[in-house]
Amino acid sequence: MRIAVIDNSAARAAVIEEGLREAGLTDLHIFLDRHGLAAKLEACSPDVVLMNLENPSRDMLEETFALSRALARPIAMFVDQSDENAIAEAVEAGISAYVVDGLRKERIKPVLDLAVRRFQAFNRLQNELAEARSQLAERKSVDKAKLILMKKRGISEPEAYKLLRSHAMQTNRRVAEVADSIITAESLLGGDL
Amino acid sequence: MSLDTFRIGFLPLVDAALPILARELGLAEEQGIDLELVRDMSWATVRDRLIYGGTDAAHLVAPLAIATTLGLDRPPVPMSVPFVLGLNGNAVTLAPPLAEAICTPGELLDSVTLGQRLAALISLRAREGTKLRFGVVHRYSSHNYMLQYWLRGSGVDIEHDVEIVTIAPPFAADALAMREIDGICVGEPWNSVAVERGVGVIVNVTSHIWLRGVEKVLAMLTARAEGEPEMVHRLIRALYSAGEAFIDPERHATNAAILARADYLDGSADMIERAISDRIKLAQGHEPMHIPDFMFQHREAANFPWASQAAWLYAQMVRAGHLVKSDDGYAAAQRVFRPDIYRAALAGTGVPLPGASAKLEGGISETTGVGTVQGRLLLGSDRFFDGRAFDPEELDAYLAQS
Repeated sequence: MRIAVIDNSAARAAVIEEGLREAGLTDLHIFLDRHGLAAKLEACSPDVVLMNLENPSRDMLEETFALSRALARPIAMFVDQSDENAIAEAVEAGISAYVVDGLRKERIKPVLDLAVRRFQAFNRLQNELAEARSQLAERKSVDKAKLILMKKRGISEPEAYKLLRSHAMQTNRRVAEVADSIITAESLLGGDL
Repeated sequence: MSLDTFRIGFLPLVDAALPILARELGLAEEQGIDLELVRDMSWATVRDRLIYGGTDAAHLVAPLAIATTLGLDRPPVPMSVPFVLGLNGNAVTLAPPLAEAICTPGELLDSVTLGQRLAALISLRAREGTKLRFGVVHRYSSHNYMLQYWLRGSGVDIEHDVEIVTIAPPFAADALAMREIDGICVGEPWNSVAVERGVGVIVNVTSHIWLRGVEKVLAMLTARAEGEPEMVHRLIRALYSAGEAFIDPERHATNAAILARADYLDGSADMIERAISDRIKLAQGHEPMHIPDFMFQHREAANFPWASQAAWLYAQMVRAGHLVKSDDGYAAAQRVFRPDIYRAALAGTGVPLPGASAKLEGGISETTGVGTVQGRLLLGSDRFFDGRAFDPEELDAYLAQS
């Protein structure tokens, strides 16, 4: 089974590719660039096309499929109405899939399931990364706010942190939010930090 | 009061304004709706989220709602359009050397003269073996059908002499710059983006091809639209109020600033404000030109889903070879537009409600009063550039002439 993976994220395409290869699906073709995509796909003549849902080139791709219906190997969309849940799950995960007309459902299902799992894993990784980044940013602003307090009030670092924390508790905010407002106030008041 | 959550999918285009304003101006909230907006980058994805439950309604190119209902390229899913989100607002932008070959950049010729010149150029290029290639935003888009209507009406042999391909709006300027395409029919702000970059010249606007041509619609699954009528009515009332706010000249700048935000169009507020106020910069270095009714989002019952507009689109889909005409298909296409839901939603509000559900499209040459079941309604000219009219009762005769 020849599978084409079209994605505008090289990282995600690599994650999908790895998963499919591990499952023994080795006839894989990855397309990252939208330029000349229709011609390249036609030359590649895949049985299954996987594309990220957010790819702006989907409308162009679907047009290519609509036109290719007149050719010998029409490509149809993977919309087996008996399996709406599987498709809803794919949409939720951010993936769209197209298969050649006539390809047996039991052959496609494992590929789609695998792609969905890989997309979900990728989304999770992205979220974790974003979370880690924001935690790092929060720690930086807490450190900066502590320095401001230490300088302004002539207190030690543990005391500065205690002050931040007790103020956060009193005002029902997070320590990082209090730190941010201290930094903002300091910069508005012309501080050098 | 607890609010009902309702999600609308959209593409980053100026004509996604009404749902965005309904949320941001608190108009949905006034109707007890917590309106969430889901931005996507292709119509295919907007449609898929709608079908598979990711959204409750969508900002959609009108012909795609018909194509989805009729099952073109996929199993049919019945759609309903209870509200039109706007008329016109698209433009035709050419690569600068081509624009210079048929007009003076910065000027707007009438569609007949310009069409003849463009047709001559298209024919010449086809004979030379270098066919011109035009981009449209979707196979089943008003852009495609309006462009084809204009070119065909100007004498172009569309099947043989020109190529029409799909290009996503955000790529319009790039595709022109790289000469992947020679011209494009796209909505704002994407024409203006190409103009600002100096890679495109706006030579025509769709309101000069069909004044009052139907553009984006609010589409829902029919099962959903009929299953929760009360909720849909509240949504329509919120969108109607958003239309009033959209056309208020005092609000143009604020509205543009809202649309420009990163969550929505993520673009230039200046450019968006020009589109909203019908002032379009046709070529780099020129002053914006006032083009009356460039975008027509609200006045004259613009939001009313006339079944005859769906009928006209069906005729164009047949003409383009996108579907084979059938009586059942024609009836199903017209049923996609739901004037009944629009009337039910706005009954008792003082909003003018047309009595008829269909009209002779292109049949009004000067402002005319029309029959209503509520309020008073005047409709301005809705003429096509070639002066033809479309009678939904006479589809065969119309197709035979074209």
